[in-house]
Amino acid sequence: MSVIFLLIAASTLVAAVFLAAFIRAVRSGQYDDDRSPAVRMLHDHPPAPNSLTPNPSPKERGANPSDQ
Amino acid sequence: MIERFQYDNRIVKNFLFVTIMWGVVGMLVGLTAAIQLVVPSWNFADWGSFGRLRPLHTNAVIFAFVGNAIFAGAYYSLQRLLKARMYSDMLGKIHFWGWQLIIVSAVITLPLGMTTGKEYAELEWPIDIAITLIWVVFGINMMGTIIKRRERHLYVAIWFYIATWVTVAMLHIVNSIELPISMTKSYSWYAGVQDALVQWWYGHNAVAFFLTTPFLGLMYYFLPKAANRPVYSYKLSIIHFWSLIFLYIWAGPHHLLYSALPEWAQSLGTVFSIMLIAPSWGGMLNGLLTLRGAWDRVREDPVLKFFVVAVTCYGMATLEGPLLSLKSINAIAHFTDWIIAHVHIGGIGWNGFMIFGMVYWLVPRMYGTKLHSVKLANAHFWLGTLGIILYAVPLYFAGFFQSLMWKQFTPDGFLMYPNFLGHTAGDQDGLRTARYRR
Ligand code: HEM
Ligand code: HEM
Repeated sequence: MSVIFLLIAASTLVAAVFLAAFIRAVRSGQYDDDRSPAVRMLHDHPPAPNSLTPNPSPKERGANPSDQ
Repeated sequence: MIERFQYDNRIVKNFLFVTIMWGVVGMLVGLTAAIQLVVPSWNFADWGSFGRLRPLHTNAVIFAFVGNAIFAGAYYSLQRLLKARMYSDMLGKIHFWGWQLIIVSAVITLPLGMTTGKEYAELEWPIDIAITLIWVVFGINMMGTIIKRRERHLYVAIWFYIATWVTVAMLHIVNSIELPISMTKSYSWYAGVQDALVQWWYGHNAVAFFLTTPFLGLMYYFLPKAANRPVYSYKLSIIHFWSLIFLYIWAGPHHLLYSALPEWAQSLGTVFSIMLIAPSWGGMLNGLLTLRGAWDRVREDPVLKFFVVAVTCYGMATLEGPLLSLKSINAIAHFTDWIIAHVHIGGIGWNGFMIFGMVYWLVPRMYGTKLHSVKLANAHFWLGTLGIILYAVPLYFAGFFQSLMWKQFTPDGFLMYPNFLGHTAGDQDGLRTARYRR
């Protein structure tokens, strides 16, 4: 069953990578605000339809949350 | 100066198109395989036999239908969540065409009988290498976009995509280490029970990180979007993510209960499977509760309907799975059609319905059109829901009876029902032979 050590090693390595990512995320304040991200993702500020026309005004954006 | 940029919608449209196309193909092949089980005369030639069409079905639905849907959803949501265009259009194109080429090569090689024989990893070594390369292309494109993002916070869906990418890369590489003996044939590097363990460590986590984590990402993006309200608890979604990631990877041995695998490893698999109920149900409730106070809209909007059934099926599959991991229940269900029912509650109910909802939501937005017919979408929804019920419920009964029949012996100690297929309704000849033999 020696292969089980390979699997444990690979799994532990990935787990360690995620643990490091988790600690980094917490330290860098990713989770300080656990409310507003859920709301902000609802608002797409659509980029200009093409680079020649300006961004829609904030009012228009609010009125038409669908984006292209 | 206002910075201007456009999202890359071309890539989303492309992936959406092939999702639908391969969905039709994959499910038609599934239907053919299902008919073959009842009407064996539908097995035509070598290439059209059940043994070759079955892996074609699983590869087509998992890697083509589900895979392309993941990419469509991820390319759409990543750009919006990160407020940035994808890192590279070129990489996106390579990713798209490369992935389709891999699928086409699967469609050709599997019916020809070129296979490693490892479930969900049947494709031979040259294709394995291609998968690795294209996966890396996707990874670079995703990470590049994350790095150049204009939004500091990484929304929970993105974490799910990242975890999917990292883990699938590792699983695919470790499980696919093989010795080529020709262009079309290779042998696994591992032997016997060692190979079985690697295979199901991969197989289980393929379910976890290809059919589950990316779809949770899609759920946490598209469900709030379609309902136009924030997820019930963002905090819970973060806990859901991190606990799933740390638990999932250790549950693989539940596919090898009663095998030659050491007892402690089997128990470990069971324990982690049971623990998985908590985050899974936390996630399901988080999804469903997002719709609290919006149930009147669910009644009208087919997109939300699809999502409700999808999330419910996620809950059912993740309750059933841990139960199946208990040795006493696994002794009944293993090798029977019960597993097939479990698989399709997950595959059609959870993945399929998430995809249908997502496609109905995305297509009108991507093309600036309206749905051709909401009525047809509703019909689709009800037919599909009925289909899942009619698919799963009879198989639960069938599985149970199969298991009972297999455990019966003649007074001489032979199996009472040696040829199970000989007892299905379609194979009357088989039935007669079986009777005659007894
Ligand atoms: C019209 C829809 C579908 C039909 C008729 C169908 C039919 C089948 C059949 C007949 C089998 C073989 C069962 C056996 O060996 O006894 C099978 C296996 C399988 N199907 Fe489907 N299928 C459908 C949709 C899907 C979808 C959407 C998914 C996943 C996204 C899926 C995933 C699988 C998997 C993973 C297996 C292998 C199960 C195992 O080895 O335990 N199927 N399907
Ligand atoms: C906590 C969640 C889950 C657990 C603990 C779990 C557990 C299990 C167990 C014990 C088996 C049977 C192994 C056997 O005796 O052959 C199984 C099979 C399977 N499950 Fe699950 N399951 C879970 C969720 C899901 C979900 C959400 C899906 C699909 C999206 C899924 C797809 C499958 C597939 C495809 C197989 C068949 C593997 C094969 O034999 O080919 N599972 N699962």
